Amino acid sequence: MPAVIEVQNLHKSYGDTVAVDDVSFSVQEGEIFGILGPNGAGKTTTVECVEGLRRPDRGEISVLGLDPQRDRAELTQRLGAQLQDGELPGRLKVGEALALYSSFYRTPADWRALMDTLGLADKSSTRYGKLSGGQKQRLSIALALVGNPRVAVLDELTTGLDPQARRDTWQLIEDVRSRGVTIVLVTHFMEEAERLCDRIALIDTGRVVAVDTPAGLTERVQTEHRIRFQPSVPFDDRLLTSLPDVTSVIHRGDVVVVTGNDNALNAVTSVLARNNIVARQLRVEQASLEDAFVALTGRHPESEQHARESRPGQN
Amino acid sequence: MSVTATASPPAAASRPGLGRLTVTELKLFIRERVGPIWGVGFPLLLLIIFGSIHSFNKPQKDFGGATTLEIYVPVLIVFSIAILALSALPMVLAGYREKGILRRLQTTPMGPVRLLTAQLAVNFAVTVVMVIVILVVARLGYGVALPKQLAGFAIAVLLAAAALLAVGLFVAATAGSGRAAQAIGTILFFPMMFFAGLWVPIAQMPKLLRYISHGTPLGAAVQALQGAAEGHWPHAQQLLVMAAYAVAFGLAAAKLFRWE
Ligand SMILES: Nc1ncnc2c1ncn2[C@@H]1O[C@H](COP(=O)(O)OP(=O)(O)OP(=O)(O)O)[C@@H](O)[C@H]1O
Ligand SMILES: [Mg+2]
Repeated sequence: MPAVIEVQNLHKSYGDTVAVDDVSFSVQEGEIFGILGPNGAGKTTTVECVEGLRRPDRGEISVLGLDPQRDRAELTQRLGAQLQDGELPGRLKVGEALALYSSFYRTPADWRALMDTLGLADKSSTRYGKLSGGQKQRLSIALALVGNPRVAVLDELTTGLDPQARRDTWQLIEDVRSRGVTIVLVTHFMEEAERLCDRIALIDTGRVVAVDTPAGLTERVQTEHRIRFQPSVPFDDRLLTSLPDVTSVIHRGDVVVVTGNDNALNAVTSVLARNNIVARQLRVEQASLEDAFVALTGRHPESEQHARESRPGQN
Repeated sequence: MSVTATASPPAAASRPGLGRLTVTELKLFIRERVGPIWGVGFPLLLLIIFGSIHSFNKPQKDFGGATTLEIYVPVLIVFSIAILALSALPMVLAGYREKGILRRLQTTPMGPVRLLTAQLAVNFAVTVVMVIVILVVARLGYGVALPKQLAGFAIAVLLAAAALLAVGLFVAATAGSGRAAQAIGTILFFPMMFFAGLWVPIAQMPKLLRYISHGTPLGAAVQALQGAAEGHWPHAQQLLVMAAYAVAFGLAAAKLFRWE
């Protein structure tokens, strides 16, 4: 498969702040490629270099064979960008905005259909300033897609959307991809990355920490499984600690927590069954993408609830 | 990969978009209300008030036989140009930058330069309409004769608009926010209108002030307009002063304009 986006040894500083410190990756045609990383990691700077909005200090970028700086005019026809923040005039109506932006392109999408898909049909004559945050976000996604781009770069796609709108947007992105559009997705949400992305570049302090599939990333940190249950009757720990697949057994109140390798679950359940012990509320915890994120960057990803509260305090 | 992509040059496709962009900016200009109210409505109201003052319709010796109203018609025209160029335009453009609208346009084939073009086109168009309305109301309502040197009058109007819009672009280029742009525009507005003779007609200014007035864009504009109204072709110096402001501030704005 040909690479649609090729980034090699990208560097970009703002004065003394090194925002991107040697980033390389390539995105294949038709792929949904995620860029994941903590705040200030350099995600936005990276994609803005890809979009041609920022001039790299060093490094090579090619998008659909075009140089984002030299071939800007052509690139804007084929690449749709959703910027992390960006408003519209407060008195511009939704339908007007879509009609206007679609008129910029050689082969635009049907903006009315797009407006329907994004649930904005009944807002067509509402002014931008009167839209809710989520509606503004959906309009911004629509504007990124209205030019019928071959590549869409979406920075913080679903920030500010409610869970239903977020799922609808994921569906839309999958539909867009199934039409062969290559998508680069900058996100903070693990669930989003896990559900949508074929591959993820994990970026921290301006560097690529790992590029892999979501499953591949979690496998890297998947050293132990944790099994929790409430035994129906008390039992001797040695019953389990004697198993070769189990590394430890701890009691937390009524709950027993067993850690071990990926065979541990089989071994534990069969021993319990043989001894007529019922394991109530049996739960197996596996490493998630979030664990991979924490292990690889040493930081906790922002969850949706924490996003707004934790931002002011961060440095 | 799309085969049609390289079939036609980008410019061909963006030209219809430019028309739509200009129409959209005109709609927003009207909805924004600052321009229509202060740039068109207010000068018209002043014209009606001045026209209704009995003594303003009498020929004055000081003005070489012209009426006070005739002296004020060009002042009201530049008043309107000044409001559009120094208040409405910088506020809109700096606001667009602040809101990231110019950056968003950078990601589209339209590009932010064409937005500036559209904004200038809207302001020129509104200026032309406003000048015609003022001249017609003054003629029909208060018997003020239409300019006798029409071509000279038109050229003076367009040069005055070009000079002031260039200053407005410069303010938009250098101001950090929409609010700052509006503040700077307002600070520039009052001295410029003073030297245009809003409070004291240029002919009645002390020599030094009159001398300064000749060097300001609106002072030169008012003189050129008054001369053309009476039938003279504008002095080269007046046209050159306006052209110099247009070129100098236009170039400075082009050099300093930031899209973010
Ligand atoms: N225009 C700018 N001028 C100066 N510094 C900037 C600018 N934009 C970003 N930075 C700095 O560059 C670094 C990377 O910023 P960037 O916006 O690329 O991060 P990000 O990964 O997108 O973060 P977030 O998840 O918060 O959106 C940060 O330290 C930021 O403060
Ligand atoms: Mg960002």
